[in-house]
Amino acid sequence: MSVGSGAPAKAAGAGAPAAAGSAAGGTTAAAPRRRLRLRVFRYDPRDPESVPHFQTYEIEEGLGMTVFLALTEIRERQDPTLAFDFVCRAGICGSCSMLVNGRPKLACRTLTQELPEEMTLAPLPVFELIADLSVNTGKWMRGMVERLEAWVKIKEAEIDASKFEEKMDPDLADRIYELDRCIECGCCVAACGTAHMRADFVGAVGMNRVARFRMDPRDVRSDDDWYDVIGDDQGVFGCMTLLGCQDACPKNLPLQTQIAYLRRRMVKAGIAK
Amino acid sequence: MKVVHTDVLVIGGGLAGLRIAIAAKRRGLETLVLSLVPPKRSHSAAAQGGMQASLANVTKGAGDSEDYHFEDTVRGSDWGADQRVVRMFVRTAPKAVRELAAWGVPWSRVRRGDREAIVNGNKVTLTERDAAHGLIAQRDFGGTKKWRTCYVSDGTGHAMLFAVGDRAIAEQIPVLERTEALSLIHDGHRCYGAIVRDLVTGELTAHVARATAIASGGAGRLYRVTTNAVICEGLGSALALETGVAPLGNMEAIQFHPTGIFPAGILVTEGCRGDGGLLRDAAGKRFMPDYEPEKKELASRDVVSRRMEEHIRAGHGVQSRFGEHLWLDITLLGRTHIERNLREVAEICRYFLGVDPAEQWIPVRPAQHYTMGGVRTDHTGHSPGLKGLFAAGEAACWDLHGFNRLGGNSVAETVVAGMLVGEYVADFCEGPDGAPDVPGAVVRDAYAQERARLDALLASRGTESADALRIEMQSVMSDFVGIFRVGSDLEQAVDRLEKLLVRSRSIGLRNHRDGANVELATAYRTQRMLKVALTVAAGALARTESRGAHCREDFPRRDDAAWLKRTLTTWRNPSDTLPTLAYEPLDVRTMELPPGWRGYGVKNHVDHPDTAARAAAVEAVKRDAPTPDTAQERLMPYEHLLPASLRGRNERIPEDAK
Repeated sequence: MSVGSGAPAKAAGAGAPAAAGSAAGGTTAAAPRRRLRLRVFRYDPRDPESVPHFQTYEIEEGLGMTVFLALTEIRERQDPTLAFDFVCRAGICGSCSMLVNGRPKLACRTLTQELPEEMTLAPLPVFELIADLSVNTGKWMRGMVERLEAWVKIKEAEIDASKFEEKMDPDLADRIYELDRCIECGCCVAACGTAHMRADFVGAVGMNRVARFRMDPRDVRSDDDWYDVIGDDQGVFGCMTLLGCQDACPKNLPLQTQIAYLRRRMVKAGIAK
Repeated sequence: MKVVHTDVLVIGGGLAGLRIAIAAKRRGLETLVLSLVPPKRSHSAAAQGGMQASLANVTKGAGDSEDYHFEDTVRGSDWGADQRVVRMFVRTAPKAVRELAAWGVPWSRVRRGDREAIVNGNKVTLTERDAAHGLIAQRDFGGTKKWRTCYVSDGTGHAMLFAVGDRAIAEQIPVLERTEALSLIHDGHRCYGAIVRDLVTGELTAHVARATAIASGGAGRLYRVTTNAVICEGLGSALALETGVAPLGNMEAIQFHPTGIFPAGILVTEGCRGDGGLLRDAAGKRFMPDYEPEKKELASRDVVSRRMEEHIRAGHGVQSRFGEHLWLDITLLGRTHIERNLREVAEICRYFLGVDPAEQWIPVRPAQHYTMGGVRTDHTGHSPGLKGLFAAGEAACWDLHGFNRLGGNSVAETVVAGMLVGEYVADFCEGPDGAPDVPGAVVRDAYAQERARLDALLASRGTESADALRIEMQSVMSDFVGIFRVGSDLEQAVDRLEKLLVRSRSIGLRNHRDGANVELATAYRTQRMLKVALTVAAGALARTESRGAHCREDFPRRDDAAWLKRTLTTWRNPSDTLPTLAYEPLDVRTMELPPGWRGYGVKNHVDHPDTAARAAAVEAVKRDAPTPDTAQERLMPYEHLLPASLRGRNERIPEDAK
């Protein structure tokens, strides 16, 4: 489970073309290593003897250490019982969202050098807790997809794949991909005021999906259809415009713009009904 | 004992597994998917650069064909691939891309007119044709004759996985997230499903099925430095291996990707080089043209990785406190291109290295990347050793990739094999062997055996630490079974892994509770991984030649006379401490493309005695046949092997279209 002793810090990339000739790749002046203190939330809801509490682990900071590397080292060397979720450890799969000092983040690409010596790690709120830092985002996301029917609804079920694909404007394809980059990590939901108050709110992740399918010419649904899905307080009218989603999104998706635009379209569709 | 019945049990929720499930469900079969993680978090998402399919839309891909894709793949495999499987694959790949387009994948599209590109370090202007405007675009990748790699910016796998994942939800396919198959239910002849553990509650269930398909991905985590996700532990191979009868194929064939970021091993896509990026050494010199004058940075991955290590050994590596590395330079592509087509790369560099790749070079070194071997299957994905057991994708040795896989062929394999194997699984279930009669005693025994294994581990007061054993295993694999291999190292590796395996039988736990016990999971996985690691090391030690990614410094030549055969590995008895090796010959006399030089890499192979005669016969057929297609049919018929619904010829715009 280890991936080497740590990623290089900024200076390892000193190979700017200008620097490359001089056998670059050295490191900046070695600062004294910090002793990190990680306060980690511990609780196994299925164990009757388990009580929610914080446990503190100490480790020596490595160069370019991420929260992933720190937690992995703790599990390998100090406490094999600590539960957390990492899959890709490269910021693309969305498994490892957690609260790092109170803010939802992808732990795998959060460098410890950007954090104070003592940090607090807690599971993502809103989602069902599995144990310690592990939460069930998968169940929530599947529920969202089923509810919104978040797939391209196409005209015919059977496709003749030997024939040419339907043409698409190259810019439109790029614009769809821009929204398709969501990794369902749950950070926007954890950062959302409405989601904390109402369990049935679709969240920015859901509305972003709607915006993505609205834009897709392959999808047959109209605004009238979308209104039936998100034209209420569980959907686009539940948003309080606190912008937490946009602040927390690790993929920098334009969530607020999409929600604002959708809301206008849904008002129009609602009035027309 | 909890028992759940289904028609098709799919182990693995990545692209291959989901696509099998969709195919089987559409054939009216009840289908259930098991997944360690929510399916859309699978390692399929990590395929950044693209998927190979000979659509021939872009100018640089004009005239591309299944024939070229076939030849590139066979050469890439160093003639280790099953050529019929390659033919089936190249025919189906364009269909898979187009099906995914209809399912919503926002493939990057061709824009008519002029555009600037970097080819071989130079700025060139490419003119895209009107006829291709709006069709799916292709980029360049290593080891290919034409630009063939279809892509979605550099998030191809992500976009594919979300489209297929949501498609599976649309088709109401249940996925049991956070579940793990621990062993297959079988009687030595027929597979009846799997014993499955719920990773949250610890509950054990016997999932009984008419057909079982393993699609659990690769085994990168056998190594210390790998591009693979942390869940890629080769446990699907272990499932087959522990039956004692279902063989693994070519486990020694392990690919190292040239551009893992150094030292974390996170992948930056081959698209970086495909789009014109260059490799440079400590002196800033572009060194690949010296080694590979023709293909340069875009030779196949095994060749580029070896050349990089060779260059480091020659003293040209960049020194750093973590060891030596080289540079990947994509600054010449320009910020606009990087932020549009390589944005994932830009993000990875920013977050993990603090590097802006539009301004700075990226530190890279080859890292373990792909497992060509896996559960051996025939062309239908069916295990030759256990009826009712299927496998697809990286977990399988189908055998599309032989001893080296081309970039863009793996994510293509996931969906193509998923489409095909899904149909064959359904055929099997509908056929005479697919009846749902399951001997109850076999199920009960399998369940009891697995329960006893877990209980023994939970109760164990053994002194060994699973984490320590795993770390040592990863070191042995990285240090002695890596890019360059030599007999004495491999002997040491086998010996040390065998000792680790014996020690793994005395692992002790601190947490003795079942349920969400990660320590327990680490323990039983480590025991299984050690067996899989031994299949890799033992296969590598026995294979006294170099072929594709398997490079023996003490046997540098590819030896077709002695080694044109596939390694088959089994684990005969649970008490064994070493695997059993056997071999399956590849028949030169039936090959469409007889063995020869790959067109890159070292030219020093030993011919098979049948090669000359076959090469002459192939030439004669090609000369006498009225069309290339007729010649192909006469040399190696394969269309009849495809499901009838997937045989159709693929439409392409003509090479001379404007």
